Amino acid sequence: MSTVTASTSSGAGGLRSVGAEAGPSVRVQGVCQSFDRMGPPVLDGVDLTVAPGEFLCLLGASGCGKSTLLNLLAGLAEPTAGTVDVAADRPSLMFQEPALLPWLTAGGNVELALKPRGMRRAQRREESARLLRLVNLEGQSGKRPHELSGGMRQRVALARALAQDSPVLLMDEPFAALDAITRDVLHEELVRVWSTQRLTVVFVTHNVREAVRLAQRVVLMSSRPGRIVREWAVELSQPRAIESPGVGALATEITTELHREISRHAR
Amino acid sequence: MPGESSTPVRLPAGHVETHTGQQQGRATPGRSVEAGLDALDTASVARPRRRPWHVLVHSVLPPVVFLAALVGVWQLVHAAGLKPSYALPSPTDVATTFWETVTDGRAAEAIWTSVSRGGVGFALSLVIGTLLGLAMWASTWLRAAIGPIVSGLQSLPSVAWVPAAIIWFQLTDAAIYTVVLLGAVPSIANGLLTGFKQVPPLFDRVGRVLGLGGLGRIRLVLLPAALPGYLGGLRQGWAFAWRSLMAAELITYSPSLGQGLGQLLNIGRELSQMSLVITSITLILLVGVAIELLVFAPLERGVLRRRGLTVDR
Repeated sequence: MSTVTASTSSGAGGLRSVGAEAGPSVRVQGVCQSFDRMGPPVLDGVDLTVAPGEFLCLLGASGCGKSTLLNLLAGLAEPTAGTVDVAADRPSLMFQEPALLPWLTAGGNVELALKPRGMRRAQRREESARLLRLVNLEGQSGKRPHELSGGMRQRVALARALAQDSPVLLMDEPFAALDAITRDVLHEELVRVWSTQRLTVVFVTHNVREAVRLAQRVVLMSSRPGRIVREWAVELSQPRAIESPGVGALATEITTELHREISRHAR
Repeated sequence: MPGESSTPVRLPAGHVETHTGQQQGRATPGRSVEAGLDALDTASVARPRRRPWHVLVHSVLPPVVFLAALVGVWQLVHAAGLKPSYALPSPTDVATTFWETVTDGRAAEAIWTSVSRGGVGFALSLVIGTLLGLAMWASTWLRAAIGPIVSGLQSLPSVAWVPAAIIWFQLTDAAIYTVVLLGAVPSIANGLLTGFKQVPPLFDRVGRVLGLGGLGRIRLVLLPAALPGYLGGLRQGWAFAWRSLMAAELITYSPSLGQGLGQLLNIGRELSQMSLVITSITLILLVGVAIELLVFAPLERGVLRRRGLTVDR
């Protein structure tokens, strides 16, 4: 069953060392972020280390700054204080929306990510076909985004993210807008891709079961200001079903903690 | 979990559920579930092919019926003698003049003169309007400075420029092009600017995340994303260019200018030949509709359909 490694802030106990790579994939130290000088900071002293090949879920209610943290990791913003180190030139990032460009086909969208890598046209075509095959979209390369279902679009977005060939994949609630059946399928898809491609994944969600279904480690953040409250190592074998008793038990425990966190804001 | 129902459910006899409890629930969905979902979600709804008679009844017939009714009413008014026949000629008179204008080559000459002028004027407007739109998008200062003027010019009837253009350039082609440009450039610049403003910020973030540089983002993301708004601007720009051209041709009449549709209309006025006036108006209308249907409508439809922004009916 699930072993719970409760630790406040950056407990290194839950880290699983993967391979022989030297440093961690992601290292966040003492990061503070405030957009408004007068108001409370969005992030307040966040420390986080993610090992290469680790699957980590950042969990929290709205306003906990998990998306802000992800933007910092993606290099789309600079922290007010502290340091962010990511062992990738440019981590790939998936949004809640597929964010596919509507004038390009599925293949064209994937190829767009291959262009900055300096690939030639024929090579790009071949690589995008391979990536679409990886997300089980073989033969859909010529379809335009509006001809695909929500789940298929999000898989094209995953293929496009993988096309960046970055060892670090950041995901900002990528399945939040999908129906439960499709989400279930994409969970399986993502875990498969993660394990075959040996990616480091930082996955932001507010869905506790989703976090336990996917992650090796779940990190709970508090809201206003965003701090890391607690973390859990999930020691259930993959593939795990979202309704399995193991997932359920740990999810119940984490939800209790999450509710306690949220209740602090009630008055 | 709070709110979870604990009421026992009565199952039909013979229905036994066994929970082994040793597995972690049921298996994950698997690839066949995924393939099934894909097939269900993208099942194409076959659009019924429109039959030829259906097209005839619903698309061709209504305008034909309306035109026939219009000519009928016209004939009745003419027969009733409400207006003297030099002011309201009969439909057959107009048809005769129309046919003569077409057969003696005056119609072709006028159409060619006007359309080529319109084409050149529009092409110039396209270049200037696009550059202006790009400059206004790139510089917030420039946008603040000339944005209101450019928007205002859109609502200023460009015929108002004709006197100024004649004073500057006398009765030359330059005067006509000035009026056309002042009519079309603001629409095109504004269309491009609107197109840029409507680009979802998410697209730019996507370009950034994918590692495209500034120029790459403009060329591969921003410009294609702005295309629908830009096309709308071009379409409106053409309509304004054509109107401005007709106004300019109508007023700047000189043998050295050649005979465009506007000038043909002016001849009708000077000769008090109403049938020629109606003929010219009809020709102007036909050219406008033809260019809209042959150039702009297919262009816009193509772009919108490719992006799934249009519903075919």
